[in-house]
Amino acid sequence: MKVTLTINNSNRTLDVRPDEFLLDTLRRLGYLSVQRGCDTSSCGLCAIWVDDEIVLSCTYLTVRATGKSITTLEGVRDEAKKFTDFLADEGAEQCGYCAPGFIMTVLAMEKELINPSEEEICHYLNGNLCRCTGYKGQIRAVKKYLESKVARGEGRWLQ
Amino acid sequence: MIGKGIRKVDSESILSGQPIYTDDLVFHKDVLIIKLLRSPHAFARIKNINIDRAKKVEGIVEIYTYKDVPQVRYSESGESYPDPTPYDRMLLEPIVRYVGDEVAIIVGEDEVAVEKAMKLVKVEYEVLEPVLDLIKAEGHSSIIHPEDDIFCPFDFGFNGKKNIVSRFKLGKGDVEEEFKNCDLVIERTYHTQAQAHCMMETHRAYSYIDANGRIVVISSNQSAYHMRRQTAKAIGLPVSKLRFIKPRIGGGFGGKNVALAEPYVAFVTWKTKRPSKLIYTRKETFAASTSRHEMKFDVKIGSDLEGNIKAIDINSINNTGAYGANGTVVTMEAAQNVLPVYNKVPAIRYRGKTVYTNIVSAGPLRGYGATQGTFITDTAINELSSKLGIEPVEIKLNNTIRKGAEGGILKNPIKSLNVEKCIERGKELIGWDEKYPNKEINSTKVRAVGMSIAIHGSGIANIDSATVIVQMVEDGTYILLTGSSDLGTGSDTVLAQITAESLNTNMDRITVYSGDTDACPYDTGAYASCTTYLTGNAIVRACAELKDKILKIAEAKLNIPALFLELKEDRVCHKEDESIYVFLSILGQESVLGPDSEVLMANATFGMPESPRPFIAGFVEIELDKSTGEVKVINYVAVVDCGTVINPNLARIQVEGGITQGIGLALYEDVKYSDSGRLLTDSFIQYNVPSKKDIGDIIVEFQPDYEPTGPFGAKSIGEVVIHTPPPAIANAVYNAVGVYIRDLPITSEKVYMAMKESKDNKD
Repeated sequence: MKVTLTINNSNRTLDVRPDEFLLDTLRRLGYLSVQRGCDTSSCGLCAIWVDDEIVLSCTYLTVRATGKSITTLEGVRDEAKKFTDFLADEGAEQCGYCAPGFIMTVLAMEKELINPSEEEICHYLNGNLCRCTGYKGQIRAVKKYLESKVARGEGRWLQ
Repeated sequence: MIGKGIRKVDSESILSGQPIYTDDLVFHKDVLIIKLLRSPHAFARIKNINIDRAKKVEGIVEIYTYKDVPQVRYSESGESYPDPTPYDRMLLEPIVRYVGDEVAIIVGEDEVAVEKAMKLVKVEYEVLEPVLDLIKAEGHSSIIHPEDDIFCPFDFGFNGKKNIVSRFKLGKGDVEEEFKNCDLVIERTYHTQAQAHCMMETHRAYSYIDANGRIVVISSNQSAYHMRRQTAKAIGLPVSKLRFIKPRIGGGFGGKNVALAEPYVAFVTWKTKRPSKLIYTRKETFAASTSRHEMKFDVKIGSDLEGNIKAIDINSINNTGAYGANGTVVTMEAAQNVLPVYNKVPAIRYRGKTVYTNIVSAGPLRGYGATQGTFITDTAINELSSKLGIEPVEIKLNNTIRKGAEGGILKNPIKSLNVEKCIERGKELIGWDEKYPNKEINSTKVRAVGMSIAIHGSGIANIDSATVIVQMVEDGTYILLTGSSDLGTGSDTVLAQITAESLNTNMDRITVYSGDTDACPYDTGAYASCTTYLTGNAIVRACAELKDKILKIAEAKLNIPALFLELKEDRVCHKEDESIYVFLSILGQESVLGPDSEVLMANATFGMPESPRPFIAGFVEIELDKSTGEVKVINYVAVVDCGTVINPNLARIQVEGGITQGIGLALYEDVKYSDSGRLLTDSFIQYNVPSKKDIGDIIVEFQPDYEPTGPFGAKSIGEVVIHTPPPAIANAVYNAVGVYIRDLPITSEKVYMAMKESKDNKD
């Protein structure tokens, strides 16, 4: 069936199967930052935004996204870099396979939580599995990023 | 460049989501999709396979059964030849040996067709009685590998008819005699579970035929050269017909040092002359790749009343599952990478055997037997110290070797080892003296501390070998070509740092290209914690030679003897007068111009004669809920001697990641099978890897001891860091409630039941 999707602000009209998931559609279209890590919606690797809300694209039917705005890491690279520089400085990207889903979730968290504590950060990001880092470097990066925004007077959590 | 927390060379691509992993690189629009039909039975003979209906599905290109594939036995294991592994598997066989074993190769134009055809293949099985218990494997009436054509590159006691893969012995002194002189002897039985790697990217491979008619395989692997050799063997082609490329890979932890998907894509591409790819699902990766070896140990240990250990006697059984792969060496490493630190003990005896069973094959997983060996050795010593009323810290300090030790079970003298400082700092950082053994928090909760120590190796002595090429590019920068595999750890970055330091330049002037068998010289690959030490040493050698060549060329150019010249970041200049210089970019340009041109490059090989020991002291503080038995890690302190720390950021993440994986092994990760041998824990829902909320704080410190044989003094770090959590946590549980859990993982149920039993016994 034919659907029109808005992906990273550009409109794409294409044929999809009714049972096709957004993850497969996006990869088929070349948005290759989106990765699959499991078959059970348990790992967080395929996290993207649909209308600015974080969703797992592995279980989100493509047809459901008709008329909605889809964002992958490719669409927010500049915004993401402000955070990912901190990950790079910690060496906490490691193999990096979980990074795109993790980064999209961190950026979503930033919009959703105001001045989160470490516990809240860990809770929000708990669904993003990583087998390389032991998470500590990721959390250090998130905290340093949030602190840097506070220091610059940016960010919602100041209000 | 040494000792700096430099960003990973691939960081920017990784963090901006560039297409850099295997499946992102599939550029053929007509790539064939492969799926493997797998056995539903743990042990069965295929009586009949009917593929007629399946072949008629639109989009199906080929379906191969055992009748269509080379009946050649190979090993999936990635080790240097002659590899200590039985060549006991084929692409497909009329026998299946575990639930998940390959039955047919289904090839089609798209996934829908392949999935549909998979359901239409009709297989009739003669179901056989499986061997599911490692204890019952030897001499079982079911023989898993009765074949007479299994090839073992050398004799390690293989006896297929008895389900025995190998036997191994190690020791010194007279154990029986020493036990007679002991004041206290304890005997314990321990069990360690299988563990899944759970690398985030599942197994996968992609292949196509290149312009010269050779097969190119791009795959998520840890050792391009070994994977190529095993694949060539499996499909009956010479190695030279294949090129293997390792792109960025999404984690491995040993699991990708196994030729799983690679032989199948190469076979399909060779047969169909079309590009093909095979991507394992997560379920397949759990149920049909490899896991850590389940092991069972009987340990006897004795000492005098002062805690001087006189004898250690260990018997082990190692469950390699359906195929032998890495079983033999894992049995060996459970002793060889553990017991050397107790070389002071007068008598040591280790006897191990590796057995086949009808479960998922075991393979290499970070730690590789030494994790299991550390758990049982360290726990037995902790149990002994508990009985003697001596603190575990003291008994470890008393019975371990120091730098300079040699003889006994040590193959080489120990040239670096920071036992005391690591233990002392660990004690301070955890607050041992205030917290040992425990503190009641309230009526149900108690906090306690525990500790453990571990060593490992840095590659495999007398076997591992690495060659590198370092070349000056026309613009005066350098490129390093290495067959090693960065599996996410940052080894490419560490090797670039070693190159930059050796050539007295900065990171911007170093390019690394790795893991391509056509472009990079031979390297063992990323396993056995070898890369920094092994490949790093080859780089130091090659750079020394390249530096001489550059200075010689500059000598002619500047008309000043090389002796007075110095290689700097971007130029060669006079040692005493920096105004006299020539830019490397000029030398680079001239190296490729005209009759006198000579590209400035050097290669060097390092074959390692010894494997230095890294050391770690792990201290844990736990909170135990006595009403449920639940154990929570509050703090974990890891103090590590990995020799010189080349990149402190990457080294720290190695420690944090390893400790977390070790906590998973200690507390959460369990493997369960049904009575008929089906893996029940085959998703992230049933199999629990630690998440952010499961691990407490991890405090890391380095206490490096300079290793004189290492590149700039470095040893290894990748594996030693996973060893201490299981024994340290077991020790803390004892210090909390007085029971030792000897069967991993240490679940709430086991703790609760052990507490109850201990109370019942007292009553």
